Amino acid sequence: MHYNGEHLLPGQLGHFLVILSLASSLVATIGFFKANKTNNSFEKNTWLKYARISFLIETISIFSVFGILYFLVANHYHEYFFAWNHSSRSLQPKYLLACIWEDQSGSFLLWSMWHCVLGWIIIWKQKKWEAPVLTVVNFAQFCLATMLLGIYVFGVRIGNEPFILWRQHMPDLPLFTNPDYLQLPRVFEGNDLNTLLQNYWMVIHPPILFLGFASTVIPFAFAYAGLANKDHSWVKTSIPWTGFSAAVLGTGIMMGAAWAYESLSFGGYWAWDPVENASLVPWLTLIAGLHTNLIYKSSGYSLKSTYFFYIISFVLVLYSTFLTRSGVLGDTSVHAFTIDDKHVVAFYTQLISFILLFFIPAMWLFFKNYKTIPTIKKEENSYSREFWMFIGSMVFFLSAIVIIFKTSTPVFNKVFGTNIAPPEDPEFAYNQIQIFVAIVIGVLTATTQYLRYKQTPKNVFVKKIIYPTVIALAISIAISVFGDINFTKKGIGFLGAIHIAIFAAVYAVVANAGYIWLVLKGKIKAAGASVAHIGFGLVLVGILISSSKKAVLSWNTTGIAMFKQEKNENPAENITLFKGIATDMGKYMVTYTKDTFNEKERKRFYEIHFENKQTKDTFNLYPDIIKNNKGMEGFSANPSSKHYWNKDIFVYISSFQQNKQDDTTHFENHEIKVGDTVFYSKGFIILNKVDINPATKKEKYAPDEAALFLNMEVVAKDGRRYAVAPGIAIKNNQVREMPDSVISQSLVLKFNKVINGDAGKLEVGVKESSAITDLVTLKVYEFPMINVLWIGIVIMVIGFVMSIRQRNRKSALTAS
Amino acid sequence: MKKTHIIMLVLIAAAIMVLISYTGNLTTYETVASAKEKPGKFVNLIAKIDKSQPVNYDAVKDPNYLSFVAVDTLGNTVKVIYHNTKPTDMEKSERLVLKGKIVDGEFQCKDILLKCPSKYKDDEKQVEKNVQASVN
Repeated sequence: MHYNGEHLLPGQLGHFLVILSLASSLVATIGFFKANKTNNSFEKNTWLKYARISFLIETISIFSVFGILYFLVANHYHEYFFAWNHSSRSLQPKYLLACIWEDQSGSFLLWSMWHCVLGWIIIWKQKKWEAPVLTVVNFAQFCLATMLLGIYVFGVRIGNEPFILWRQHMPDLPLFTNPDYLQLPRVFEGNDLNTLLQNYWMVIHPPILFLGFASTVIPFAFAYAGLANKDHSWVKTSIPWTGFSAAVLGTGIMMGAAWAYESLSFGGYWAWDPVENASLVPWLTLIAGLHTNLIYKSSGYSLKSTYFFYIISFVLVLYSTFLTRSGVLGDTSVHAFTIDDKHVVAFYTQLISFILLFFIPAMWLFFKNYKTIPTIKKEENSYSREFWMFIGSMVFFLSAIVIIFKTSTPVFNKVFGTNIAPPEDPEFAYNQIQIFVAIVIGVLTATTQYLRYKQTPKNVFVKKIIYPTVIALAISIAISVFGDINFTKKGIGFLGAIHIAIFAAVYAVVANAGYIWLVLKGKIKAAGASVAHIGFGLVLVGILISSSKKAVLSWNTTGIAMFKQEKNENPAENITLFKGIATDMGKYMVTYTKDTFNEKERKRFYEIHFENKQTKDTFNLYPDIIKNNKGMEGFSANPSSKHYWNKDIFVYISSFQQNKQDDTTHFENHEIKVGDTVFYSKGFIILNKVDINPATKKEKYAPDEAALFLNMEVVAKDGRRYAVAPGIAIKNNQVREMPDSVISQSLVLKFNKVINGDAGKLEVGVKESSAITDLVTLKVYEFPMINVLWIGIVIMVIGFVMSIRQRNRKSALTAS
Repeated sequence: MKKTHIIMLVLIAAAIMVLISYTGNLTTYETVASAKEKPGKFVNLIAKIDKSQPVNYDAVKDPNYLSFVAVDTLGNTVKVIYHNTKPTDMEKSERLVLKGKIVDGEFQCKDILLKCPSKYKDDEKQVEKNVQASVN
């Protein structure tokens, strides 16, 4: 059959380039490997030439593949499953890039691109290590390229091919009997990008995170180079690279946290979700490796650990890839990729092989050469920097092990067929351990820089450290006393740990700031490490204060709850607001003033007006909801926050109801006289008097009509009173009804007729219906001092950049 | 033995102890029947909504009260009480992971995880369903 309107050329070109990149990465791997093996300089150069040409072809292929994919998505060539499944015509153009990394293969491609960029920098800058490092990079490229292959070998599909035509991908769909299927509305429009990813953080966070992942291959490759060539001089070169990797991976992770904070409605920036943990753990081991690397460079200790940490960091990146992409986390994570069942075994095998192909040879080389790796037999001095830095690295490593072990329970379930689920409070299970890690690391970060390598005279150390210690103690005691940190939910022991941790974190900040002042004498150029440590300390302070003082503001205090509150441990954290009615919410009066639909963003924004009862300070927040797509029902809520210098007011819509559904309830009629009472489910209604042609309601009736209004009062169970005045207007024996309502009570009142004028007997209709009410249910949190966290991250990254520049300058000096 | 080795051993021992104590906190996935055998114990109940019974949620009356009947794959049912808002697409969910415990024959739920056709999923069946809906 011939299909109309298809564009087959870009796909064929793309598929060819995918295969070309696979082949050229293999050739490049072999070329660089051979170049590294040989000692003959002519042979070496010949191999290098071939390898570089292959690497160039590979680079061009990979970038072209990305370009073609973007072209398909941007032009909405929906004959390609990739384009159809990840984009739509009404999607805002700024999110088109995010469509590429919504897909498994698209994100592998991103990773691959960064490998190419990093590889060329190595070729440009690090000639000495080019051959062995590029061997590893290209082998990783080869493994990544297989993920995009989509070729069947013995009936098993290897990889996901991004250029597959939809009709080839799902040949059984009946729509492909139609030669004009591209014009069918759903096909034409596209399946859209997941609503949660339609956020600006999602445009920037994945590229940074994948640069972080990709860059961990470089320290690994240096370790390989050292072991394969038995040349350990790489340790100087590797430090800026590891620093770069740690900075970028850290930034990527925290950008993910910022995305979660701004766009997901779990009310926070970190939830110890397996996906978050999986990227945090390699960062921890990388930091451990960076510090042991520094130790070795300056003191000759800890080379073996450096090898081990660099190897394990990249392997953990691969393991996290397996965790997040294989679907194994299905039950425990809210946002892992999942894949269809047909290919799950092949994909598992592929991902696990990817891990093992790096882990086993590296470990084999490590243990084979273990004896030849230089070590110092003499014990480290306890008053030496290397001793405590090593302890810190160990703590980081063990903390990583504990986290990854907990995160891996779904893997254990798969392997051993067990039935383990996360604990009752999974976040606390992490927090109660990691807070002690924070304490130890905070104190070590504070004190270790004041020790010199090899040996420090005790009195010198004590003299220098005493000022920062006293200042930090004073500040942290002030925070503890005046900061009102009262997190008693988890017992007094944990509260104590929080206070100690705050001291440790403040100590890290103060001592490192003091170090720049006292020891470096303000030489900012040499202060990269101290600045990074200050940032790290601030991150800890921000996390500790914002988490322990995070407060729910939307306690349900309105008395709208008519049922008995059966809460024992479960707080009633949601508050319901009726359109236009100010509601008391503790410190604030809040009003849901209006909602508007934004066509471009396809979101409904709710304007929530806050008024601080004491300061009379007012502001509006605009949380929004976006209708889920991709066949999912319901809505996703995006939070909105008001930023103060010292806190955020954070609000999101947890439920809403709009006046759209059909009203099925009926009026119940009651006979009533002035002074009588009518009951309804939430209170009662009193008829005060009957107004005839009242002047106050002139606008409601015409001059030639006779109008009767019932002056009534609704008294709700919670004691609130509402005035209502349903009425009728009569003209030429035609009765026109003018019902009135009390929205917050879901109550509609109607004046039906006069039964007996002389006896004053009237009839009113009472209707209770939820369909008359526009309402939203909100959750509102206060996050104090969250800015300290974000500022800390920025400072930490600045510190990393400073120290990378510092190292590069140093190595440039020694080279010349 | 070097001091670093001693400290390393202490730290490793601490890490192992942490992990052992963690295993004590772990919970299990249960069916309705097996959860009912362990009243008061925190479990993860895997079930879905019994569509033949009403789901009670009225944000006007109480935004923090949801009750419904859950049914597991074996057909056993239990009443679930959840003091929070109703997750928006709960009715459509194919599978719920209910975290909580049985108290007086009712499941007091602390947290609900929805297992919808997943958020990032290239679920072929779902795609087919979507497209079918538009074709027919």
